[in-house]
Amino acid sequence: MILTNIDSVPGRRIVQHFGLVQGSTIRAKHFGRDFAAGLKNIVGGELKGYTELLQESRAEATSRMVTQAQELGANAVINVRFTTSSVAQGASEILAYGTAVVLE
Amino acid sequence: MSTELLVYFGLPILLVVIGRVVGSRLERNHYKSIVEREFRFRCQPALSTKESGASGPVRSASLASGSVVISVDHFKRFLSGFRMIFGGEIRSYASLIDRARREAVLRMKESQPDAHAYINTRLETSTISNAAGNEGTGTVEVLAYGTAVHYDLAP
Repeated sequence: MILTNIDSVPGRRIVQHFGLVQGSTIRAKHFGRDFAAGLKNIVGGELKGYTELLQESRAEATSRMVTQAQELGANAVINVRFTTSSVAQGASEILAYGTAVVLE
Repeated sequence: MSTELLVYFGLPILLVVIGRVVGSRLERNHYKSIVEREFRFRCQPALSTKESGASGPVRSASLASGSVVISVDHFKRFLSGFRMIFGGEIRSYASLIDRARREAVLRMKESQPDAHAYINTRLETSTISNAAGNEGTGTVEVLAYGTAVHYDLAP
């Protein structure tokens, strides 16, 4: 499965379009990470627990999008976009979407 | 009575002082590492255009992404509290956003370190709210993503 965020895959020709595919996940933080982040907030800098949490959820959203594309019989997803929105206090939704296509 | 006063006023002042001393040192070290890594990647540009501008054909393309969650220290949070009264530019937060963006772009490059260029790079910023309420102000997540391309260098 090839993923790109431009309108095409360089060097390959698109044979068929399947339209939009998407994957999303909503994650809440857990207490331990929140406590550690609260302490780190005093001196500032990177909050590693949150970085990992968001990377895990982004990987999950991407894999759901890829699964949907595979079910359609696509072998690439072009024009991939990521968005984040907070649905509740302490929980955020991560969405990945793109266009499923078949390459030559 | 005096112990109560110490707890009420001493603790926040202590946190601000710790934030000032440790936070500025951490920021300095972070900037040093950012500048060093940016220099190493200077020949592999992150472009915001869809065309790489390369003369040769592209061998392969794949998605690259990097993200970071970063927060300001208590001293800067304290300073910004004063700014909120008078209005104007909050300079203490500018370095927070700047560090986060540059770090995210560097992580995107490091996720595929052998690519020749990163085209159509997008930066996305979102604020992270904390369960402790106001403590969450000054925490941002920056995501950088783009398409890593390898040129066909063979003649």
